[in-house]
Order: sequence, then C-alpha cells, then structure tokens
Amino acid sequence: MSGRLIALLITGLTVVLVIIGCIFPISAAYATPEGAPKPTHPLSTPQGAVEDLFQQLQHRDWHGAYESLANRNQFTEQDLVRDLVGSYSSLRSYATLDGFEVRPLHTSGDEAEVRAGLRWATVVGSFEDVRTLKVTRAGDKWEVAWPIQKEARVPPQVIPVNYLRWDVIYRGAEDDWGAQDAEAPHVRIIDMHPVARGGGVVLLGELLNEDVVPAFVTVKATLLGKNGGAMGTEDAFDKISHILLPKQVTPFRIDFRSIRLKDVDSVRMSPSASLVAASADPVIEIQDQNLSSAPQAKLSGQLLNQSGQVVNIAHVLGTFYDNNGQLVWVADEYANRALLPQTPVPFSIDVPADLAHEVSRYRVVTSTYMSSRI
Amino acid sequence: MRAPAFTLATALLLSSCLGLAAAQDISLHAPASVQAGDAVSIQTGGSGKAVLYIVGPGQVVRRDIQLGETISLEAGEMHDAGHYIVALAGSSSTQTADLVVTSATEPTKVNFLAKPSRLAVDRKNAISGVAYVFDAFGNLVLRPTKVSFDLSENGSATRSEEATSHNGVAWVRLDSAQKAGRADFEVRAGNVSVKRIVQQVPGEPCTLHMNARAVGDRVELQTDPLRDCAGNPVPDGTIVTFKETYGGDETTVDVPLKRGIAQTSVPMRQGANISVATGVVIGNEIRWSGR
Repeated sequence: MSGRLIALLITGLTVVLVIIGCIFPISAAYATPEGAPKPTHPLSTPQGAVEDLFQQLQHRDWHGAYESLANRNQFTEQDLVRDLVGSYSSLRSYATLDGFEVRPLHTSGDEAEVRAGLRWATVVGSFEDVRTLKVTRAGDKWEVAWPIQKEARVPPQVIPVNYLRWDVIYRGAEDDWGAQDAEAPHVRIIDMHPVARGGGVVLLGELLNEDVVPAFVTVKATLLGKNGGAMGTEDAFDKISHILLPKQVTPFRIDFRSIRLKDVDSVRMSPSASLVAASADPVIEIQDQNLSSAPQAKLSGQLLNQSGQVVNIAHVLGTFYDNNGQLVWVADEYANRALLPQTPVPFSIDVPADLAHEVSRYRVVTSTYMSSRI
Repeated sequence: MRAPAFTLATALLLSSCLGLAAAQDISLHAPASVQAGDAVSIQTGGSGKAVLYIVGPGQVVRRDIQLGETISLEAGEMHDAGHYIVALAGSSSTQTADLVVTSATEPTKVNFLAKPSRLAVDRKNAISGVAYVFDAFGNLVLRPTKVSFDLSENGSATRSEEATSHNGVAWVRLDSAQKAGRADFEVRAGNVSVKRIVQQVPGEPCTLHMNARAVGDRVELQTDPLRDCAGNPVPDGTIVTFKETYGGDETTVDVPLKRGIAQTSVPMRQGANISVATGVVIGNEIRWSGR
C-alpha cells in the first residue's frame, strides 16, 4: 500500500469522525465560554432539574449551582460550599462527587419532592449523603430548593487542656554498640479468630498495648498451607487503630480474598510495635451508640470532641462480639466532617446482614488525625 | 589481611628452602610476649642487609634492616593482641620467631549492655547487665578483672553486685525494685565507668474506683488516683474507659490518666449504668439515680 493511499484513508477517517462527533456529541464535551458545563438534563422535569444541579456539583461549579437554586435568598454561596465540602479541612474537602441517584417521591402541580443519594469518593472509600429536595416550577422550568445544613460554629473561647505527650530520644550514630535504644513498646494479641467469608479468609483479632508508652502498631499475618508453605501474607492496613496509648486495645481485621479456609493449616501472626512521639489528646466521646437490627443492621452513634482542637478526620472502628464474647466482625467508617470542639458528628457502621443476628455486644474506638500534626 | 599473610608465608617457605641450600649466618632474638602498646626490641645477628617482617592478626610491619643491629618498635606500634610471626629474611636464608602480644591489664573502655531499658517493678532477675572490658587499643582484657554493677533508684540505696570477667566479659542479673522510677545502672571496671538508664514502671492498676456527680445536664466522672499493688502511681497517659449504658444505647469515652486521675463527663440519664475499666482491670459500677 502506498503512502499516499494511507494518508488519504487517515484524512477520510478523520472527516467521518468529526461529522459523527458533531451529530452525536457527548455531554462532557459541552462547555460555556467560562468553562462551566451546560445543562444536559431537561429542566422541564423535577428529576432533570435535580440531576442538572448535581452535575454542576460534580464539576465543582459552586456558583452555577448556587445561582440555579430556588431558595438561594435563604443562604449565601459560601454556606452552600461549607455544607458540601465543610468549613474545616476534612474528608469532604478532598472528596469528589462520584455519582448520584435521584428518586422522585411525589409530584403535585408546581411542587415535587425528590430523594437524592450523593456518592462521594475519597481515598479511604466512598460515603453517601442522602438529601430530600423540594423542587418547584418557575415558569417553564423546575428549580431545586437546597436543604441547607449549616455547619455548627464554635463560639470564640479558651478551652484549658492539660496537654500530655510523649517524646522519644532515640539512639544516636555516635553511641557505642553497647548503648541500648529506648525499648520498643510491648504489645500483645489478646484475641485472634479466623473466619471464612465471601470465598476468602478473614482474620479478626484484638491487640493490647500493655506498656506504659504509646505504640505505633501494625499486624501482619501469613496463612500456612497443609504442606507448611506460605499461602499469602496480608496486613490490617486501615482496619486497625495504628496509634495505641498505654492499656488501649484496638481491633484488627485482615482480609485474604482468594484463599479458602479449608486449605489453611495454621496462621503466623506478626504484630509489630515501635515507639513514637504521641499525644494523649484529643479525647473523643462516642455517645448514643446503638445497634439497629437486620436486614439493614448498623451501629450508629455520635462522636463528640471533648478537647479544644479541631479533629480533621476521625476513624471509627467497631468490634462486634457474640453472646460468648467471641469476635464476630470488625468494621470501620470515617467521619466525613471535621470534629469541632463539643459538636456531635454522627457515624454509622454497616454490619453484614448475615452476621447481625449473632451480635450481642460491641465496642467502638476512634483514632484521630489533625492537619496541624501531619 | 589473609592474602598478604599467605604471600608472606609462601615467600618465607621458599626462602627457608633456599636457606638450606646456601645457609647464611643470621640470627633473630625476639621477646616471647609483650603487652599491647609496649615498645619492642628485636635483636638480629649476622652481616649484610635483610628485611624484617612482623605479621599479626591486625597488622603487618615491614622494615629494611642492617643485620646485627637491634630493631626497636616504639610504644603503641604493636597494638592488636594476638599471635604474631617475626621473620627475618636475609639474601639467602630466613629466621622466624613467635611473638605473643597480650592485651593491656588495665581496662580503658567498657561496653555495657543493659536490658531491658524499661520494665515493670518487682520482677525477679529481670535486669541483665553485660560488660565487655577493653584496653586502650580495643583488645578484650582477657585477664580476670573485677567489675562492679550498681543499680541506684531515686532516693533509695544503691544495689551493688560484683563479678569477675571471664574472657573479657562479666555479667549480672538483678531484680527490679518495688518502687517505680528511673534507675541508674552503672558498671565500673578499674577507673572506667559507664551508665545506662533503666525505667522501672508500675504494674497493672490494683484497684479502680470512680465517683460521679451531676454537673448541668451531664454526669461528671472521676477516678481515684490509680496505683499498682505496690503503691506506685499508674503512669499518666494510661487509657481508662468509661461506659454508660442506658436502655439499648451506650456511650463510651477513652480517657488518658492525667496527674494520676481520669475524668470526663457523659450525658445524664436517669437509671443509666456507668462502669469503668482500664486494660484488663474492671472498676466499680454506678447506677445513676439523679444525685
């Protein structure tokens, strides 16, 4: 085939593709001169108006979204942004609207009600924000009234805190070989229980810091087969509270997705602990913990920051036991809003429906992350 | 080090063979033993030129000499303890002699391994101290040496134990004290001493008791000062868990001890049960009746 023929073919193909693109454009290709997306859903229906609003939120076009709201005279654009991404740095600040589901509840004349589930994606998984929206007709189009949730503001005040922290002096390069380093914290696995789940193996357990100093802990497990060989090694990743203060207990969960329990002969556990500089604050109260029953079993409650610092991200770990005190499950959730002092933030941990009836006791622990310490 | 020694040994062997064929009248008189760091005199006999080799575990000395003179090695030149070969290689024959360099008798440095650096009070034989005694040149002092180990806690008398080093190493095992606190663990050999720190920390809390009082719409909870069974205050930072159970709901707070006590507050609910625990120790339970 000659070069001229190939050039002609490529030119022809390009022209055909340009024509197809003009006739059947994709929504993402739309853009206004300012860069904001054009409406791609018909505003002539309540559902279309809601979907269009969410698409603007997906593109973080806060101004466009605010301007399209029916009740924008009730709050400022900043209030809307704070409602969606939070005033303080939190999981929401780094989340992107990954998708949404819109379900009309009812329509009557010029008013409609729509239930919307917004799925936000973060580096530690996704969380859902469910809102019920009122939609009203304005001329030939529908406008959404945003159910604003104004974030609580903490009044200016001074909160006295007896700050407790540990600092560590490690062995230096100039020390002779006899100089011992500061002893690593002593930790102990106080419970470990392998279960078959979802075609794989899940190791559930609890780890105690029995020392008087804080510990940074990890737990690694290796499954050994009948022939004594290693079948796989995994660690608890974020299904554990990594910083343990003295006498604190954390649950852990290690998932082996592609190994069957019947093939496992034994488990080699490798907990590790290292000495870290840590703080005893903030203290988080976990109030109104309640376990709802199946089929949609959830452990819900509220986190209350008793200290004076803003907690940017709170990780909640739930340990579930049966009536014999045997570990049944370990699950976790991240609070998507920052914990302001003395301001409750709800959490909800899903419990697998098939295990919910076995759970008779539970324990909740939190670990916290603050941007000032990162 | 092994390669030059091997080359030298080969050279010496060849020289010896040649020496048998054409013997040259040379002699070598070296001391059988010297102490590391001491000056050494080696006498040679004969005439003509020769090369003196001194080959040991840590060093090699080579000197071009005139036969018949006394070779002096200055103090500090022979510093590694061990077995040396002194060889005098003439033009047609070689003489060899053995020289043992012993470590100095006076300890100049002690390497001290004290373990663990942190342990609970009242543990039998739980503290181990191992001392390695060296001379000024880093040779283990093999001669039995008296080594004393002193463990002194703040405010309490020093506990001492003496051990005699064996092949340069001395060790002891000591009990941890009843009283918590920092202990100085010091080893002494001759005029040299080295100190390590051993933290003796309290054991598990012996009893855990809390009090409750109403403050506004909350119940303020506070533990009594926490002590272990030997009366030592439990360290600050130890986590104490308060739990309020009311109907099907629970409220929990993990609170670190500060200044010996843990305090927090929980929502006030009539008839609620409030319990307290730390680690594996469970404290008292309060049924809140509104006062």
